[in-house]
Amino acid sequence: MSTDGTDHVVRFENVGLRYGLGPEVLQDVTFELRPGGFYFLLGDSGAGKSSLLKLIYLALKPSRGLISLFGHDIAITPRRQLPELRRRIGVVFQEFRLLNHLSAFDNVALPLRVAGGRESEIQRNVDELLQWVGLKDQIKARPPTLSGGQQQRVAIARAVIARPKLLLADEPTGNVDDRMALRLMHLFEELNKLGTTIVIATHNQSLVNRFGHPRLRLADGSLTLEPGTETAWPREAPPLRSVSHGRGPRNAL
Amino acid sequence: MPFSLFTRRYDFANDRDALRHFLPWLIAFMVYLAVLALAGVLALNETAGRWNRGVAGTLTVQILAGPDAIQGNDEARVKAALGILRATPGIVRAEAIADSATAALLEPWLGGAGAIADLPLPKLIDVEMASEGSVDLQALSRRLTAAVPGASIDDHRIWLERLLRLIGTVKAIALAVLALIGIATVGTVIFTTRTGLAIHREAIEVLHLIGAQDTYIARQFAHRALMLGLKGGYAGLVLALPTLLMAGIFAHYLGASVLPQLSLGPAHWMALAILPIGVALIAMATAGVTVMRTLARLL
Ligand SMILES: Nc1ncnc2c1ncn2[C@@H]1O[C@H](COP(=O)(O)OP(=O)(O)OP(=O)(O)O)[C@@H](O)[C@H]1O
Ligand SMILES: [Mg+2]
Repeated sequence: MSTDGTDHVVRFENVGLRYGLGPEVLQDVTFELRPGGFYFLLGDSGAGKSSLLKLIYLALKPSRGLISLFGHDIAITPRRQLPELRRRIGVVFQEFRLLNHLSAFDNVALPLRVAGGRESEIQRNVDELLQWVGLKDQIKARPPTLSGGQQQRVAIARAVIARPKLLLADEPTGNVDDRMALRLMHLFEELNKLGTTIVIATHNQSLVNRFGHPRLRLADGSLTLEPGTETAWPREAPPLRSVSHGRGPRNAL
Repeated sequence: MPFSLFTRRYDFANDRDALRHFLPWLIAFMVYLAVLALAGVLALNETAGRWNRGVAGTLTVQILAGPDAIQGNDEARVKAALGILRATPGIVRAEAIADSATAALLEPWLGGAGAIADLPLPKLIDVEMASEGSVDLQALSRRLTAAVPGASIDDHRIWLERLLRLIGTVKAIALAVLALIGIATVGTVIFTTRTGLAIHREAIEVLHLIGAQDTYIARQFAHRALMLGLKGGYAGLVLALPTLLMAGIFAHYLGASVLPQLSLGPAHWMALAILPIGVALIAMATAGVTVMRTLARLL
């Protein structure tokens, strides 16, 4: 179902991550994300949610273990092929990472431009999307002049503009009111219906409860699928396998 | 190169970019020096060529004025020498130079005609050969001195070669200066490009994560270096022109009689006008390569 004919979008096997010589922030993380899935990523502050997402969007290399994206083992993927993989991934960074000297329009247009899109199409798509997230009047504004919630929406628009196969959103509703949060969630649902796999890291329990998607929980460096959410999985196949190695019995989730 | 060189896009903050002010001035300075060096090389080339052409195939026979007793012989000796010269195969022309012409030649060194009139001027014979090396000069010299007392061959080659060697040295120095300027330009651009990459690291990382190829980034830096290089380069050229004119005027006053005039033709001016483009292209290529190399070391 995915572009490379593989049955997963993301696959981690015994992935460990440490920063420098520090302790392992992630330990033996093993899971698969299936095409078309919609997941919440939960965990206390500092549990490693952002770190896990960074591994997926190739901002970090794991200290050990195997990571495969769309069927490509990233450890053996040549550097020049990475941009092509990254273009299939949309990321809403926790700290937005907008380019402050570019207008909202140019920020959102970036993924299309780096992929060599045509300017006329870019113009139309970006305008439309910015209007949709309620930033019609801020098209020319630079991020520092926008409110936190407005910046967040620019960041979301930039993440989804190129119709990614995989959307990773790190606290995407942290700075907006509940109504806007719902609106953005519906945007993600729309995208999901079009086939995009979605992972949303969030602390917003009411949103999580409201949308009954599977919940991945990070605690003590390990990733587990929360009991009771398997039923939310729309397919017959298990959405996620989490196997802990050398620590008790294998528990396929 | 896998990327087109012309892009109007520049995704990086301009105001944080000290390079924008720094690089053009450095390039201006280097083009200034390069223009002077290149103008020097071209002018010297031209001069050397002209001398070579003017002097090649000619020589002068000099017959010293005899002691008072035999002064009346001068005419006879000149005739004898002319006879030998004209009979020598390979010599197409031999003419005695009139005393007045000799005096005129010496005037810059010896003063007005009055002062010269009393001096025992040598008799000079202007000789033209069919071609360089068509005459055995040593044999000719021996025959002349045997037949005509006080005659000697003044081969222009000797002093011309010394002058040409001097010009060659000066030219080599100027070319070395040009090469150094090229190296310095490359070094400067590498340094400023690396600094630029460091300044814009955050934006570059975001671009990478969004899926930008290194070439997307390199193209922007390369195009920018080209533009800044052109700006600085033509500023340098404009600054160099007054210096060139001054140097020309100075050379004219200093050595009109000693040195053939240093001058530049239209082709030379064209070369000087193109020089900043060359430097800007070097800057562009260097920036592009530097970005590609530096980024290749990232994740
Ligand atoms: N660049 C870094 N260098 C060193 N340690 C880091 C770095 N980034 C994160 N950490 C550590 O890794 C752990 C996990 O951090 P991470 O940002 O992934 O947590 P998180 O789950 O996203 O937290 P939050 O909910 O607050 O965003 C933390 O203990 C943090 O101190
Ligand atoms: Mg985080």
